[in-house]
Amino acid sequence: MKRQFNIESITVGHTEQLNISKMTFVVNVEDEVKLEQLIKQLSKQIDVLKVNDITEKSIVLRELALIKVVSPGNIRLEMNAIVEPFRPQIIDTSKNVVTYQVVGHPDKIDAFIELIRPYGIKELTRTGITASVRETQPSDSAPQLSILK
Amino acid sequence: MTANVSASEKLDANAISQSQPEKKFKPKNGADLLIQALHDQDVEIVFGYPGGAVLHLYDAMYKNPIRHILTRHEQGAIHAAEGYARVLNKPGVVIATSGPGATNLVTGITDAMIDSIPLVIFTGQVATSVIGSDAFQEADVIGITTPITKHNYQVQDVNDIPRIVKEAFHIANSGRKGPVLIDFPKNISADVFDEALAEASREKEIYLPGYQPNSKPNYLQIQKAIQAISESKKPLVLAGAGVLFADAREELTAFVEKYKIPVVNTLLGLGSIHGNHELNYGMAGMHGAVVANDAIQNADLLINIGARFDDRLTGDTKLFAPNATIIHIDIDPAEIGKNIPTDVPIVADAKEALIAILKKDFQAPDTNAWIDYLNEKQTNYPYWYVEDEREILPQQAIQLIHSITNGDAIVTTDVGQHQMWVAQYYRQNHGHRWVTSGGLGTMGFGFPAAIGAQFAKPDKKVIAICGDAGFQMTAQELALLKEFHLPVKIVILNNFALGMVRQWQQTFYEGRYSQSLMPVQPDFVKLADAYGIKGYQIDTLDEASAIFEEALNSDEPVLIDCRVKQVENVYPMVPPGKALHEMIGVKKF
Ligand SMILES: Cc1ncc(C[n+]2csc(CCOP(=O)(O)OP(=O)(O)O)c2C)c(N)n1
Ligand SMILES: [Mg+2]
Repeated sequence: MKRQFNIESITVGHTEQLNISKMTFVVNVEDEVKLEQLIKQLSKQIDVLKVNDITEKSIVLRELALIKVVSPGNIRLEMNAIVEPFRPQIIDTSKNVVTYQVVGHPDKIDAFIELIRPYGIKELTRTGITASVRETQPSDSAPQLSILK
Repeated sequence: MTANVSASEKLDANAISQSQPEKKFKPKNGADLLIQALHDQDVEIVFGYPGGAVLHLYDAMYKNPIRHILTRHEQGAIHAAEGYARVLNKPGVVIATSGPGATNLVTGITDAMIDSIPLVIFTGQVATSVIGSDAFQEADVIGITTPITKHNYQVQDVNDIPRIVKEAFHIANSGRKGPVLIDFPKNISADVFDEALAEASREKEIYLPGYQPNSKPNYLQIQKAIQAISESKKPLVLAGAGVLFADAREELTAFVEKYKIPVVNTLLGLGSIHGNHELNYGMAGMHGAVVANDAIQNADLLINIGARFDDRLTGDTKLFAPNATIIHIDIDPAEIGKNIPTDVPIVADAKEALIAILKKDFQAPDTNAWIDYLNEKQTNYPYWYVEDEREILPQQAIQLIHSITNGDAIVTTDVGQHQMWVAQYYRQNHGHRWVTSGGLGTMGFGFPAAIGAQFAKPDKKVIAICGDAGFQMTAQELALLKEFHLPVKIVILNNFALGMVRQWQQTFYEGRYSQSLMPVQPDFVKLADAYGIKGYQIDTLDEASAIFEEALNSDEPVLIDCRVKQVENVYPMVPPGKALHEMIGVKKF
């Protein structure tokens, strides 16, 4: 990216309003100054209506992953039992392969992947993070950046 | 694509394109609508170059004439538009065809973006049905220009044209100005529009919820600025091009006079206050005046008005203005805090901010000691050179040009040593008469920019001061001087070298002149002659003043090949990576 920001993930989709989409970015920034620049550079885009930094907000954060794992019939039951706490859905199966769908916080997905890795992951697909700010926020939320508001 | 046009047809074309728009002209297709939209914006001149994808557009302007200047290269067109925009402080308009036409504009678009020059650019595009198929002369212009435009559009529906053009001019010329590009697929330029829909889009108020530039300063921040000013002992204004874009020259002058605050300029801010104003200490930065940089390093308050703390200005940012509280007035919030931490941020138009400050009467700081100090610095560290018995120094040539024109001319430069010397020695009396490529440092800019400036101000003296190398990057535009009777004065400060590159190689690479000398240059006088322009060659200082006097006062276009000393360096200089107080070459060796 032109201004040397390292974007970890982007998700995008329509909103409740016609012709308006919402994007969720996960970005690694070194410090406040970089963060402020990132927000300002995004806000400067004419098609961008609003930029919210929700790092410090109370949010609901979700990601979805589809994981194809080698799963011969003789150990399939064992596998299903092991992954059960993650409440994955089995969305496709064949003789030797099963595809799990896991939804949740990315940490949960990471943990799921580590758990299942020894069995042999054939294909991994992650959507990236999408998020929504909770209606009720704790009263002492993050300080405002100097000139954004 | 080939088109054979016979001589008689050509004459016809001229006759028609110079006639008044036909009263009964009725727009039908997208191209007509676009030309009409340009008329709606009171566009007086367009710089461009045709090709297959814009044939409908050129046909439309044949039927509904708009003044179009056919340059000899698209780069010439866009730099001319930039020169025009700089001088008039309103958008320049450019048209190019798809593919190579569009990519030939890329340098100029980037130049305009980084220097905030308002442009509206139209590029042809292949038909929507084949976009993405690598069609003949297809280039992904939206992809290419997204990072180098303030905004861009690809027209998808013919009826949207009036709205898009209106928005484009608004975006280009408001807030922090910049280039806006409209990519125009060929089939859409041929589409017949729906009268009601097109009229609705023409009448529609501009609605851009994501673009609301703030021009009014925040009251609290103005209060803070005022307090900082009245408490300061060594305040300094750093005036950038934002002052000129905001037409705030008078307000700036009134403000610094009222509170006796010294001023220094950025390269692009030259002209934001009279060059010889007693509070003006000249240009700061890499090749700025010692006093100007010293002022920054010693100020206890730095009031940046419309400058972006570019690295050529700041030198080492960690050591920049170490003692100063920083007030930064900028229309672009993203500039504030980007390079230099700011204590008092004021997101506003420079004029409105200055007016807000001027409205308050507050305790003036006592700056007498500070000004005495700066005056002494200035006297002790003027720009300097060592005269040469045999050769003309470029600085001397510029001093001559300055005295002959009294500092009143519109001056454009190319990029290199000569540019820095003009910035140092040609003190501008006025605003909007200084046209140079700052942020991008685009060789080839100076001459076509002068053409645009001359179209903008037909009655003003326009001088393009170029290097021998940079001039050759866009020299083909000489044809325009003759064709349009443009009395542009071209001065080539000819050192048979890429002087600035040679200087760096001399200073930082132990004199290894790798590919920076051009021992064989064309005979510029003959070149001028080939284009039907009078050329002069100056070899000695003795003949210089007489020839400059004659040539610069001529009513005709002229080209002056002024031979100057090759091994002359621009001083003083902040070496790369160093701070402003670490200048070298501050005194005569
Ligand atoms: C398009 C482009 N290419 C390369 C450069 C790098 N460059 C900066 S100054 C310079 C030398 C310019 O030579 P000339 O036009 O003769 O001017 P002088 O420095 O000799 O006054 C070069 C090559 C540039 N600024 N722009
Ligand atoms: Mg040269």
